[in-house]
Amino acid sequence: MYGYMGKILRVDLTNGTWKKEDLDLDVGKKYLGSRGLGVKIMMDEVPANVDPLSPENKLIIASGGLTGAPVPTSGRYMAITKSPLTGTIAIANSGGYWGPNFKFTGHDLIIFEGKADKPVYLYINDDDVEIRDAEHLWGKTLTETTDILKEEFEGCKVLAIGPAGERLSPISAIMNDVDRAAGRGGVGAVMGSKNLKAIAVRGSKKVPLFDEAKTQEVSQAKIKILREDPVAGGGLPAYGSAVLVNIINENGILPVKNFQESYTDEADTISGESLAEHHLVKKSACYRCPIACGRVVKLADGTVVGGPEYETIWAFGADCAVYDLDAINDANMLCNEYGLDTISTGATIAAAMELYEKGYIKDEDIEKDGLSLKWGDSKAIVGWTKKMGLREGFGAKLSEGSYRLAESYGVPELSMTVKKQELPAYDPRGVQGHGLSYAVNNRGGCHIKGYMISPEILGYPEKLDRFTLEGKAAYTKVFLDLTAAIDSIGLCVFSTFGLGLPDYVDMYNAVVGDTYTNDTLLEAGERIWNLEKLFNLREGIDSSHDKLPKRLIEDPIPAGPSKDHVHQLKDLLPEYYTVRGWNENGVPTEETLKRLGLEEYIGCIK
Amino acid sequence: MIKVEVRLFATFREGREKKYFLELPKGTTIIEILNSLNIEEKEASIILLNGIDGHASRELSDGDILSLFPPVGGG
Repeated sequence: MYGYMGKILRVDLTNGTWKKEDLDLDVGKKYLGSRGLGVKIMMDEVPANVDPLSPENKLIIASGGLTGAPVPTSGRYMAITKSPLTGTIAIANSGGYWGPNFKFTGHDLIIFEGKADKPVYLYINDDDVEIRDAEHLWGKTLTETTDILKEEFEGCKVLAIGPAGERLSPISAIMNDVDRAAGRGGVGAVMGSKNLKAIAVRGSKKVPLFDEAKTQEVSQAKIKILREDPVAGGGLPAYGSAVLVNIINENGILPVKNFQESYTDEADTISGESLAEHHLVKKSACYRCPIACGRVVKLADGTVVGGPEYETIWAFGADCAVYDLDAINDANMLCNEYGLDTISTGATIAAAMELYEKGYIKDEDIEKDGLSLKWGDSKAIVGWTKKMGLREGFGAKLSEGSYRLAESYGVPELSMTVKKQELPAYDPRGVQGHGLSYAVNNRGGCHIKGYMISPEILGYPEKLDRFTLEGKAAYTKVFLDLTAAIDSIGLCVFSTFGLGLPDYVDMYNAVVGDTYTNDTLLEAGERIWNLEKLFNLREGIDSSHDKLPKRLIEDPIPAGPSKDHVHQLKDLLPEYYTVRGWNENGVPTEETLKRLGLEEYIGCIK
Repeated sequence: MIKVEVRLFATFREGREKKYFLELPKGTTIIEILNSLNIEEKEASIILLNGIDGHASRELSDGDILSLFPPVGGG
C-alpha cells in the first residue's frame, strides 16, 4: 500500500476504548482519502437526523493520500462531521503541521464515536494510543493547551478546541498548531460535545511511496511551477491572502455593513499592503509549502502572533465598518485562542450591528456588557469576540451565529447566510458564478470549495466576465469538483494558483501508484460532491435551501463599480442542476449515481 | 485636457506612488499610462477602468479611475 498508511483508528469515547481497522485500499482510492473518505464513512455509519451535538454523531479527522508525502502543499487534513450550524455535512480543512505529523503515526484517519463522561484528550505516539484525562486542559486557550501538552510530550503537534468549542458554540473551530483552523461549520462544538479537548501526536513513520524517484522528479517540477508563478510565487507570499482587500473593493464587491454596501473609500487602511507595511513581522509556511502565504504580525501591545487572512480582515473590518488593523489583529488572535471561526464571528457581529441600527437589539440588551454595537467601533469587535469565545453575557447569544440571532428578532433575512452559515467576503451581486457557488454549496455559505473569484475577478485560469451568466453553471461545477478532489488527496487549494488538474494527477499517481487521468480524478471529485449532496438530502436539506439572502436577490448594489446589480440565481440554478445530471429538484438521478459509481446509494433518498 | 486618477496596488507600489492624479491630453490610452509608469502590459494582469475590466487599448475619459494590479490571488 502506497500513499496511505493503511490504518483507521476508531475511538469509542463513551467506553474509553479504541481499536485499529485496516483501510480498504479500493475504497480509499475511489474516494481519494480525507474529505471523500470521511463523507463516505459519515454516510454509511451515521443515520439520518441525529442531533449533531449528541453522542450519535461522529467526528472524523482525516488525512489524504498525499498528506505528509514529499510533494508541495501536503500539510492538509480535514474534519468531517454533521454540522451543528447548518445541519449539513461539515467539511472543514486546515493546514499547518499537525495533519502530516498525525499521518506519520501510521494512521490515515480517526473516527470518534460517543461521548466521554469527563474531559479527555487523545495522545498518539506512533502505534501507541492513549485516552487521557483532560481536566487540567479544560477551559484553556489554544496557546495554553498547546504549551502544556508540548511540555508533557516533547516535540508533539497539537490539535485542540478552545473554550468556544467546549461551550458548544455552533461557530466554533477545531484549531491546530495554535493558529491554523478547520474553521467552518461548528466542528469545534462537535468535538466539545464529545468532551474531547485535544489530540496530541508524535509520529516518526514515513508515507510509503510507490515510485520514490518519480515522486521526487514530479515534486521538483511542481515546486518550480509554483515558485515561478506570479501569484503563488509573488503576490501571495508578499502580501498573504489579504492582497485581495483592494482588488475586491476596486471591483465594488467588498461587502460593507452586513452587505448593505459593496465599496468603501477606506479599504486601503485594512489592505494586505497596509498589513505588510505596518504589522508584518514575517511570513509563515505550512508543511512543505513553497508559497508561504501565512502572516506573522505584531499586535499593538507588542505580542507576535499568527496574522489575519483576507476573509478575517473583511469580516471584522469592512463588514463592521472598522478600518483599524490593530483591532482586527486582536480579534483574529482572540478567535484563534478561543477557537472561533473568524468569518462567522465577524459577520455575526456585523449582523448584530445592523440589528442594533434598525432598533431590534436595544441598548438595555447590551448595557451590562459595557460594549456598543455601533458601526466602526474597534473596541466592540475585540470585546464581543472575547465574550463570544467565552459565551458570556450577550456574547452567548452572538456565538449562536447570525442566523439564530436575527431569527430571534423575527428578521432572519438580515442574516447574510446560506444554509445558516455566514457568507464570506465577496458580494455575489457583482460576481454571478461565485454567487451560484455560495447558493449550492454543500456546507452552506462558503467561498473556498468553489472559488469562482479566481476566473471572474483574478483571471485564473482565464478571465471571465463577472456579470454574465453564460457558461457559469458548468464552470462552477468544475471548480466544486476539482476542489473536492484536491481537498481529498490532501493538498492545499491555494496550489491551484499555479498548478492544474494534470499536476495533481502526476503527484497522486507517483505517490499512490494509481492510474488516475485528468478525467477520472475530476470525476472522483464529482463523486465526492454528489455523495455530500446525498448526505444533505437525507437530512432534508433539499433544493429549497439552495438560495441566497433576499437582499442579494432583490436589492441592487447601491453604489460603486457594481452599482445596480443583483444576483440572478433563479436563472442559473436550473442550468446548474442540469449540468450536474440532477433532476429539476436538485436530486441526483439514478443514471448520474451509476455513472459515478454510487449505485449503492440509489434509493437512499425517500 | 482630461483629469484621471491612477491607483496602483501590491508590488506596483514598489518604487512608485500609491495614487497619481494626472492631467492628460484627450485621447490618452491605458497603454500610454502603463508606459509612463514603466509597467509592462503583460505585468498588468488586472486593469480596471472605473471598476470594470478595461483593455489596455482603451482611451481614457475625464474623471476616470484606473486601477492597476499585478497578478494576485488569495481567498
